[in-house]
Amino acid sequence: MAVATEQPAVDLREPAGWRRTKNRVATFVMWLAFVVTLVPLGFVAYTVISKGASAITWSFLTKGPIPPNVLPVTIGGMGPAVIGTLEITGFAALMAVPLGVLGAVYINEYGGNRALARVIGFMADVMTGVPSIVMGLFIFSIWVLHFGYSGLAGAFALGCLMLPVVIRSSYEMLRLVPDNLREASYALGATKARVTLTVVLPAAVGGIVSGALLAIARAAGETAPLLFTILTVESTNTNLFSGANTALSTQIFANASQPFLGAQARAWGSALTLIAIAFIVMIVARVVTALFTRYSR
Amino acid sequence: MSTVTQADPAKAAGSASPLSQRRPLGDRGFQILALASGLLVLVILVLIAVTTTQQSTSWFTTAGFKGIFSTNWNPPNQFGALPFVYGTVITSVIAIVIAVPVSVSIALLLTEVVPRRWAQPIVYVIDLLAVVPSVVWGLWGILVFVPWVQRIYSSIGSGVNGIPVLGSLFGPPTSGASFFTAGIILAIMITPIVTSLSREVIATVPTIDREGAYALGATRWEMIRGAVWPHSQNGVVGAVLLGLGRAMGETIAAALVIGSSATVTSRLFSTGYSMPAVIANQFGEASGEFRAALIGLGVLLFVITIVINLAARGIVERSTRRMRGAAVSGELPAAVVVGGGPN
Amino acid sequence: MEQPDQKLKPQLPEPTATATEQAEPAPGTPIFDVKNVSIYYGSFRAVTDVSLTIYENEITAFIGSSGSGKTTVLRAFNRMNDLVPGARVEGEMSYRGASLYGSGVSPIAVRRRIGMVFQKPNPFPKSIYDNVAYGPRINGERSKRKLDEIVERSLRRAALWDEVKNRLRSSGLALSGGQAQRLCIARTIAVEPDVVLMDEPASALDPIATSAVEDLMRELKQRYTIIIVTHNMQQATRVSDRTAFFSVLTDSKSDTRTGVLVEYGPTRQIFEDPRDPRTQAYVTGRIG
Repeated sequence: MAVATEQPAVDLREPAGWRRTKNRVATFVMWLAFVVTLVPLGFVAYTVISKGASAITWSFLTKGPIPPNVLPVTIGGMGPAVIGTLEITGFAALMAVPLGVLGAVYINEYGGNRALARVIGFMADVMTGVPSIVMGLFIFSIWVLHFGYSGLAGAFALGCLMLPVVIRSSYEMLRLVPDNLREASYALGATKARVTLTVVLPAAVGGIVSGALLAIARAAGETAPLLFTILTVESTNTNLFSGANTALSTQIFANASQPFLGAQARAWGSALTLIAIAFIVMIVARVVTALFTRYSR
Repeated sequence: MSTVTQADPAKAAGSASPLSQRRPLGDRGFQILALASGLLVLVILVLIAVTTTQQSTSWFTTAGFKGIFSTNWNPPNQFGALPFVYGTVITSVIAIVIAVPVSVSIALLLTEVVPRRWAQPIVYVIDLLAVVPSVVWGLWGILVFVPWVQRIYSSIGSGVNGIPVLGSLFGPPTSGASFFTAGIILAIMITPIVTSLSREVIATVPTIDREGAYALGATRWEMIRGAVWPHSQNGVVGAVLLGLGRAMGETIAAALVIGSSATVTSRLFSTGYSMPAVIANQFGEASGEFRAALIGLGVLLFVITIVINLAARGIVERSTRRMRGAAVSGELPAAVVVGGGPN
Repeated sequence: MEQPDQKLKPQLPEPTATATEQAEPAPGTPIFDVKNVSIYYGSFRAVTDVSLTIYENEITAFIGSSGSGKTTVLRAFNRMNDLVPGARVEGEMSYRGASLYGSGVSPIAVRRRIGMVFQKPNPFPKSIYDNVAYGPRINGERSKRKLDEIVERSLRRAALWDEVKNRLRSSGLALSGGQAQRLCIARTIAVEPDVVLMDEPASALDPIATSAVEDLMRELKQRYTIIIVTHNMQQATRVSDRTAFFSVLTDSKSDTRTGVLVEYGPTRQIFEDPRDPRTQAYVTGRIG
C-alpha cells in the first residue's frame, strides 16, 4: 500500500497494529465459521449423491415390495415407500395449508389488536418448537389407539407439524399487503370476506404458496412422527385411510443401522430420493416466488 | 409476532347506521372459519398435553417422582428416566456450545461484513443444512461419521486417560456412537435456525448506533463489541434457547448415533441415550406400562421444550420489538445504509 | 451506467464566493480544503462540484433545504459515507494538507480525529461512564485513573457532569433527549478529536435543550473546529462564524437532481448581504 508522504502535519494511516490485527482476526473467524459449516454439508451431499446414485434405478423407484434387508439392492425396489411418502405428505398438505392460511387470515385480517390474535400468533410460533416425536405420540394416543395405523394418521401428524409453519409464513406475507389495496376494495362496498378472498390473498399468493411448499419439503423428510402412526410395512398401500403404510424416511431409519450392504444401499438410495423430492418442491417454491415477486420480499 | 394495527372498516361502518343491513351469511361464515383455524393451534396444543398425559398417567403414578428420576431402566419392570433426561441435556448442551459461536459468527458476517447481494446466497447455503432431513443426517452419521470419528476419540481418550478432569470427560471407554457425536450432529442441525434468528436480532440494531461507534474511530470489530453486541445480546440469548429446544427434541439423528445405552456417565465419548431417541427406538416393542413410560418421556419432553420455547420466543420478540421503530433518520435513504464497513 | 455529469456540467453556476476574502472573521488556519468535490450514491450524484475552505477553531454552518447535499458533504469529512454501499467521492478533500481519500489513509484514523454528533442522540446501551470511556478504551487506554479523569473532563466540557456525576453507572439510554445528546458530545470529545462534525444536533431537542447545546458549541469552539448542519437559520446565525448555503439544482432535461454549494462566506454577510438571489430567497424565508 502506498503511504501518502506529502503529509507533514497529520498521520492518517491505520491505527496501532493490534487494533487492526484484532479486527482482521475477527473477520477471519466469521468467514471461518461459514467455511466450517460447509464441511459437513459438502461431506453429506457428496456421500448421499455418490452412494445413492449407484442404488437408484427406475425399478428401485417404482417396484415393490421392499425386500428383506439381507437381500441386495438389485432385488425389488422402494416403490411402496415413494408412493407412501407422496400420498401421506400430499394429504397432510391438503389439510394443513388451507387451515394454516385461514389461521393467518384470522391473525392478520380479523385479529387486529385483539389479545386472542396475539396469543394465537405467539402460540403458533411456540408450536413450531414442539418436537416432532411428540407429535407422533400425540396422534398415536388420540387416533391410532382408537382407529389403528394408517397413512391418514401419519398425515395428521405431519399436518400438525406443518400447520404453525404455514401460519407463520402466510402471516408474514399478508402483513406485506398494503392497506390501500384493502381500502380500495372496501370503498367499492365489498364485505370483509370478499376483500380477503379477492384482493388480499391474491396479492399475497406468491409468498403464501412458496412458504407452504417449503413447509411441505420439510415435512416430507420427517421420520419421528410417522414411526408410531403408519407402522412402516413393505408393500404398497394406496388406501390412505386404512391399513399400515410406509414412507421413505421410516425405511431409511429401519435400514440405516443394518449391517447388510443391501439394506445400506437401499437407505442411501432412499435418502437421495427423499432429498431430491424435497429439492424439487423447493425449486418449485423458488420459481413461484420469482413469478410473484411483486408482494413478496 | 409484532402487533398488527389495521382498521376494521366493516365494523366501523356500524350496525346502527341507517344504511346498515345484516352482514351477509358468507361473510360471517368466513370469519368463523378463519377464527376456528386460528383456534386450532391452541386446541392442538391442549390436546397434545391432555391425551399424552392420559396415556402415561399410570407411569407417573406408579413410579412416583423417585421412580421417574432413577437410573434404573429395566423394561418391563423398572422405568427410571434419568439416563435419558441426562443424555438429552448433555447432547443439547454440547450442540449449543458448538453451534452458537459458529451461528453468531455467521450472523455477524451476514449483517456486518458482506454486502447485501452476497448475503442472500450465503443464507441459501446455510439453509441447505436444514433441508437435509434428520434421518439423512442420522444415516450419514452412523455409516460415515461414526467410523471416522471413532479413531479420533480413541486416540484422544488414551491421551487424556488418568488426567484428572480431562480424563473423566474424554477418557475411555470411547465409542464412535456417543454423546459427543450426537452433540456434533445436533449442532449441525440447529445451526441454520440459530443463525437466522441471531441475524434477525442483529439486523434490528439501528444504523445510527453503528455510525456512532464508527464516528469515534472504531474498527469494525470494535463497533460490533460496542454498538451491536450490547443491543443484541438478549435477543441472541433467545435464539440460543430456541436452538436448545430444537436440539432437545431432535429425534432420529440422535437415535442413530448416540449409541443407545441407558447410562449416566461424565464421559462424553461413551455411549448414551436421549429421551426422543429411546422413544423412537423402543416404542415399537412396547406395550402396557412400558408404553406408558415412553409416552411419559414424551410428556416430559413436551413440557421442557414448551417452557424453553415460551421463554425464547418471549425474549426474541421483546428484543426485536424494542429496537424496531428506532429507525434511521437524516437525509440518507434508509435502505442503502448498513453493511460493509471499512476495509 | 450513464453518468449525469456531462449533461449537468455546463449549466452549473459558479459558486458566488468560493473562498471569500471578506475581512470578518479574520480567516485563521485552514483545516479542510475542499476542491471540486462531487459525491455519488451509485449512479445518483448527490452533490456536484463543491469547493470551500474550513478554518480552525471556527463554527461553520451548512444550511439549505432537504436534498441539497449538506449532510452528504458533512459525512464526507470523516468518511462516514464509506459505510454506504456504492458511495464514492470525486475531487480533492484535504485535512491539514493531507488528502482524506488518498491511498493509505484509514477511515478509522480519520474518524478518530474528526468526530461526529448525530441528529438523533445515539448513546450506546451501556452506562454513562462506559459510553464516554468507549473511545479512549478502543484507543488503548486501560488505566482506571486516566479513564476516570477523561470521563469527568469530557462530561464537564459537555456541561453534563453536574447532572450525572452521581449516576455514572446508570444506562445512557435513561437520559432525556438533551442530556443524551450532550452525552454523545462528551463521548465524541473524549477521544480529543480535532474537529467535531454535527448533523442537526438539536433538531430532536426541545428549545431549552437546544439552547444548552448551542451554548456548549460556543464553548467547544475554543478547542475544536466545528461544522454543523442545520435546518434552523436562527441557529446558524446564533452560533456560526461562517455559513455555506446549499441548494438543489434540478436539470429539467434529464430530470436529475443534485446538490450544489451556492454561496459560502461569513455568517453575517450570508444573512445580511447575500450575493446570490437564491441565498437571498432562502434566508429571507421565501423558499423554505
